Amino acid sequence: MQALFFVLGIPLLGGAVLALFGHRDRAMELNVGFSLGTFVAACALTAQVIDGGPLYAWEREFYIDALNVFLVALTAFVGLTTAMFSRPYMRVERDHGKMTPPRLRLYHSMYQLFSFTMLLALMTNNMGILWVAMEAATLTTVLLVSVYRTAASLEAAWKYFILCGVGIAQALFGTVLLYMAAEKVIDAEGGALLWTNLDAVKTQLDPNIITLAFAFLFIGYGTKVGLVPVHNWLPDAHAEGPTPVSAVLSGLLLNVALYAILRCKVLTDGALGSPLAGRMMIGFGLVSVVAAAFLLTRQKDVKRMFAYSSIEHMGLMTFAFGLGGPVANFAGLLHMTVHSLIKSAIFFAVGHATQKAGTQLMDDIRGLIKVNPTVAWGLMLGSLAILGMPPFGVFASEFLIITTAMREQPWTTPFLLLALGVAFASVFARVQPMVFGVTTLKPLAHPPALIPVFVHLALGLMLGLYIPPYLDAWFREAARMIGG
Amino acid sequence: MNALFSQFVNLLGALLLLLAFAMISQRRILSLIHLFTLQGITLVVATATVGYLTQQPHLYLSAAITLLLKVLLIPVLLHRVIDRLNVRWDVETLINIPTTMLIGILLVIFAFNLALPIAQLSSSIARGSLGIALACVLLSFLMMITRAKAVPQVIGFLSMENGLFFAATAATYGMPMVVELGIALDVLIGVLILGVFMFQIREQFDSLDIHHLEKLKEN
Repeated sequence: MQALFFVLGIPLLGGAVLALFGHRDRAMELNVGFSLGTFVAACALTAQVIDGGPLYAWEREFYIDALNVFLVALTAFVGLTTAMFSRPYMRVERDHGKMTPPRLRLYHSMYQLFSFTMLLALMTNNMGILWVAMEAATLTTVLLVSVYRTAASLEAAWKYFILCGVGIAQALFGTVLLYMAAEKVIDAEGGALLWTNLDAVKTQLDPNIITLAFAFLFIGYGTKVGLVPVHNWLPDAHAEGPTPVSAVLSGLLLNVALYAILRCKVLTDGALGSPLAGRMMIGFGLVSVVAAAFLLTRQKDVKRMFAYSSIEHMGLMTFAFGLGGPVANFAGLLHMTVHSLIKSAIFFAVGHATQKAGTQLMDDIRGLIKVNPTVAWGLMLGSLAILGMPPFGVFASEFLIITTAMREQPWTTPFLLLALGVAFASVFARVQPMVFGVTTLKPLAHPPALIPVFVHLALGLMLGLYIPPYLDAWFREAARMIGG
Repeated sequence: MNALFSQFVNLLGALLLLLAFAMISQRRILSLIHLFTLQGITLVVATATVGYLTQQPHLYLSAAITLLLKVLLIPVLLHRVIDRLNVRWDVETLINIPTTMLIGILLVIFAFNLALPIAQLSSSIARGSLGIALACVLLSFLMMITRAKAVPQVIGFLSMENGLFFAATAATYGMPMVVELGIALDVLIGVLILGVFMFQIREQFDSLDIHHLEKLKEN
């Protein structure tokens, strides 16, 4: 109970404090401090849930179970490491004059509020508040993406706002429909939007309404996941915002949106008793994987390229959860975890590389290994990991997903393999000269933050070789709950 | 008496739909804001009527919030924005209004068909309301697609929110209060952010034409 209060309270307080002092010299450390506090609180909450099982708080408005507790821990962890990375990154941006004091204040404040909205979305038991928190997360990230005020970043932010605004409006319509279906079963006083209540009566919900509700919820939250064909905002927002923002967008926000879909899928499966929700997820997931892999080959901007790679991986997760069943769900959850860790590590390395080169165009970034070997190795290992090379965790989850697909939906296998192959060829071919090519660049003035990169990569490696028993138990428990 | 009131809610729904069509074909920015305000007033009356009809006092509160937000605050903000940007008397060139209207009619038919199986199940006062709300949402969506200027696009976005709000009121007698407050807060912050963006876009591009915002392509 207390832990939960701190998990939400610390970033909210951080948002307020940094709105006042976010431009000071020590603001970057303060930002790390607040994120550290959130992480400690999240660890305490996790320990509490491991000990005592699922827990409710505040008149059942909050609900923590195996599925969201690991995402809360992951979100707080990546939030912390990104804040650590953002410290030297923002120093450099400030020295280059790209971040003025008011912008720094806005950035730091929004960073904390963004963490708050994501944690709220994860922990709330109320489907309406889930929507409110997702919309608020959009609003804070819109401000983060546009923080440089360049023409391109304004365009990206405007597109992001309008597209996600429209998308998330569909999700609100879906939520209204869900409420309508629930009201017939649960009386108005009984908290008809609380997920646990809905879950208890899901077999009695009207299938007609729920079908339509899921369609709207899926398209709505799917826009935020970045599923093709409603993905257009994602590469722009990743490429034009500051790199720490790209890291949290890819590593965290997309996960939270997918989490929202999973909650809705559980209800839909229960109400319909047919695999309709799973089929939709398989379809959209597969299209996203294939389309993103081919769009990826045409990118020139390094952040855009990895943004498309995020679309590909989110598609793969959606596909895995669509397959359902204990193995595919387990693989999906594992993939969510390793993708967040490794993709944010890549963005950290890319951030340092682009600052050094002064450009995001891959043709102009060369020979990182000579200028800064550690950044270069971070980028190289990260790329290999995300492309699914063993022994990293992505290999394990992709292997599980593909073998399950072979058994359940054999026709999808060639598409998946083709997409993964295309992605491998194009990303590797781009990253290789960036790391080993010939260069005349000079090292950076500020030492890069390398701890986050290698901690993430080490965790990604560990999850490929060995999953700790409690994590394994969590994943299994959550996978069982998602069902399918 | 009750039958009369539920007819009245249906009438207000029809009015909302009519206003959505009017918005699609309206070229002048100032008139668009007036239409949006009218939509807000319709929504307030509808919410209050449903509240009276179903004896749910929290709907009065939500009607009051709507009044404050969508009839007073947001229109005032929009008026200030168009004044400061000096686009009050701007007229947008819209091509093919008849075609857009025809597509709009098709969207309405589609929305009604989609909502039909649910409307039959519904025990709530206004059966057609869900279809009307969905139609309003789709029409606002159409408006956002066809507009090239920033201000009309934002108004389309807000009018989509109106459609959703009508769905929540008429089909489910309003969402729980905490959710409604959250939505209102999100909308308000969203409008403020978009307002600030409009000034920045104007500063960067010397125009509010969204066609300038097409540099980032998938290549």
